[in-house]
Amino acid sequence: MLSPLILCSVVLNGLMVGAVYALVALGLTLIYGVLHIINFAHGALLSAALFAAFFAYQKLGLDPYLAAILLAPLFFAFGYALQRFIIGPASHGDDRNMLLVTLGLAVLIENALLCAFRADTRTVELAYGFRTIDFGFTFLAVPRVISFATVFVMALALWLIMILTDTGKAIRAVAKEKLGAELAGIDVAHIYALAFGLGTACVAIAACVLIPTYYVNPMAGNAFVLVAFTIVVLGGMGSVPGALIGGLVTGVVESLGGFFFGESLGQLGIFLIFIAVLLVRPRGLFGAST
Amino acid sequence: MLDDQLSLSRRRFLSTTALGVAAASASLAMPSFPRAQNAHVKVGLLHPVTGALSYSGQQGRIGATMAVEEINTAGGIKALGGAKIEPMLGDAQSTPEGGTAEVEKMNAADVSCIIGGYASSICLAVSQAAARYDLPYVVDVGVADSIVTRGLKNTFRFSPGFGVITKTALDNLTIINGQAGKPAKTVIIVHEDSLFGSGLAKLLNAQLPPKGFEILETIPHPTPTRDFANVVLKIKAQNPDLVIPANYYNEYVLLARTMQEQHVRPKGIYSVLGGAASSYKFVKEFPDAAKYVMDCNHWFNPKSAKAQELKKNVEDKGQFFTYELYLNYSAVLLVADALERAASADRVKLITALENSTFASPIMPYGPTKFVNGQNQGAAPVNTQVLDNDIKVILPPEFASAKPVFPVPT
Repeated sequence: MLSPLILCSVVLNGLMVGAVYALVALGLTLIYGVLHIINFAHGALLSAALFAAFFAYQKLGLDPYLAAILLAPLFFAFGYALQRFIIGPASHGDDRNMLLVTLGLAVLIENALLCAFRADTRTVELAYGFRTIDFGFTFLAVPRVISFATVFVMALALWLIMILTDTGKAIRAVAKEKLGAELAGIDVAHIYALAFGLGTACVAIAACVLIPTYYVNPMAGNAFVLVAFTIVVLGGMGSVPGALIGGLVTGVVESLGGFFFGESLGQLGIFLIFIAVLLVRPRGLFGAST
Repeated sequence: MLDDQLSLSRRRFLSTTALGVAAASASLAMPSFPRAQNAHVKVGLLHPVTGALSYSGQQGRIGATMAVEEINTAGGIKALGGAKIEPMLGDAQSTPEGGTAEVEKMNAADVSCIIGGYASSICLAVSQAAARYDLPYVVDVGVADSIVTRGLKNTFRFSPGFGVITKTALDNLTIINGQAGKPAKTVIIVHEDSLFGSGLAKLLNAQLPPKGFEILETIPHPTPTRDFANVVLKIKAQNPDLVIPANYYNEYVLLARTMQEQHVRPKGIYSVLGGAASSYKFVKEFPDAAKYVMDCNHWFNPKSAKAQELKKNVEDKGQFFTYELYLNYSAVLLVADALERAASADRVKLITALENSTFASPIMPYGPTKFVNGQNQGAAPVNTQVLDNDIKVILPPEFASAKPVFPVPT
C-alpha cells in the first residue's frame, strides 16, 4: 500500500498541519525570545481567540479570515495590557514569578471561558469549509491551503518588523541585553508588553485560520501548545524563521510517524526530536549562540 | 428552581452564621415544613461538570435536576408525606479523586443516595467510596462492566453495560448486513487509545471475524487528535466496506469531517457507543458528514409520549437532548420510585428497595427492570441511524421508527 503518491499525500498533510503549529509557535517564540519566560497562558489565549473568532462569525456574521483583521489588533491590545498591567507588575521583574503568573492566568482564562460558554464543543460551518483542491492523488481542504499561505505572510511580516523597524530593533536589543537597552533609553516595560502583544496577535490570527477546520471549547488551545513549545526549542528560541521551519518539520515528522507507526506514536517522533535537539544543538536550528 | 435556590442558600446560611439560622428558620423553614424531620430527602447529584468531561457532566446535571424539579412540583415523595428531594450538587472534576472527595462531602451532609458519575473510572471510584458508608449509589452512564461485578451491595446501574452493548451491536450489525444481502465484508476500526476505545477494538477484533467480517486494519489514535488526514488516507488506500469508529465526540466529528473532505465513502459507518454518532448536535452542525451514520448506543424510546415531551422541554431550553441527560433523568426517577417503595430515606432500606425495584422507565426502551448484582437486566441499547437530518431508531423492531438504509446509496 506504500505508493509514492500516498507518501506525497502524507507529507503534504504534514506541511498543512505544520503550518498551523508554526503559527501558534510564532507567537510563543516571540514572547520567549524577548521576555525569556515560558508563556503558559498561550494555550488559554488560543482558546479565547478561538471563541472570539467563533462569536465574530456567529453573532456578527464575520468570515473568520476577515475577523482576523479585527481580532489581531484587539488581541494585540489585550496582550499588551496583560503584560503591562498584570504579568509585569505582578512578577516584580523575577522570571520565575512571570512563569507562575502566566500559569495562573491560564487557569483563570480557561475557567472564565468554561464559566461563560460551558464545555460545549462548537464548530462553525462555512460554505467553503469542505471545499477541496483536487491534486489528482489527494484532496487538500481550501482552508488548510489558506492557513499555509497565511503562515508565510505572517512570518515574513514579523521578520520584517524585527529587522527593519525601530521597534523591531528595540525588541531585539531588549532580548539580547535588557540592562544595556534600558541604559540606551529603551522603555523596557513597553517593549515587553509590545512583544507580548505581538505574540498574542499571532495567536488571534492562528485562531482565525484554525476555526474553519477545527473546533472550539475552553480546552481546545491546549492541544497545540505542547507541540508549539517543542517547535520553539527546535527552531531556536526567539527565532522567527526557526518557528516557521520548525513548525513545518514537526508537522511532517508527526504526519510520517503517525502514518507508519500509528497516530498514537506519531507524536512520539516530535518529542524524540525535542530531546535530540536539546542534546545535540541546545540553541535550536536557528537560535543565536550565546 | 426557585425552591432549590432557596434551600441551597438556606443551607449556606445554616452552616455559616447563627443569625442565618434564626433568620432562615423564622422566615423560610417554619411555615413550609410541618414535619421537619421528613420534609426533605437529600440526594447527591455527582457529575464531572468541570475538566475534560464537563460537557457530558453538565448535560447529566441538567437531566438529573429536571427530574428532581418535576418530582418536587408533583408533590414530592408521597410515602414520606410529600417530602421534597433536596439535590446536593457535586463536581467530580473529571477525575476519580474528585469523585471520591465529593462522596465524602455528601456522606457528611447525610445524603440518602448518590446518583451520577458519568465516566467509568469515576463510577468505579465513587462506588467504592460510597460502599464504605452503605450509601446507595446509582450509576448514570459508566459502561465498564467491572462497576457492577465487584459485589458492591450499594451500587446499581439502570443502563446497559459494555458487554451487553457490544453484543447487541455485533448481533445487530450481522442482522443489518444480512438483510441487505451481506454487502459488507471488510472493516477498518478507528479507535481512541484509552480504556474505552482499546477495549472495544480488542473485542471487535475477537468477535467480528467469526461473524464473517475481515478486519483490514485497526487504527488507534490519542485523545485529543488534531488531524485525521493520515487516518483517512489509510482508510482510502484500503477501501473497506465498513468503518467502525470508537472515539469521543471531538475526534469523531473531525474523523467524519475529514472523510467527507477526502471523498471517502464506505458502504457504511457503524459505531458502537460512537462519540457523536447519535448526537443531535453533530447532526445539526454537520448534516452531510452525519448522514447515514449508524450507531449502537443509549437511546430513549421514540414511541414514548413522555420521552418526546421531555425532549421538547429540553430543546425549548436551548439544550441538546443527549444520552447523559435522559439517563440521569431516568436514574433520578428510579431513586424516587425506590424512596416511595422504601417509605423511608434510610440508606439500608433504600438499598433493599433498589434491589427489588420493578420501576418501569417512561423514557427508556428497556425491558422489565430486574437488578442482579446491581445491574438492571432489562437495560439494552438500540441501533440508530442518521436519516433525514434526524436520528431514527432502526433496531430493535419494537422501538424502531425507520428501516436501516444500508449500504449507503451512492
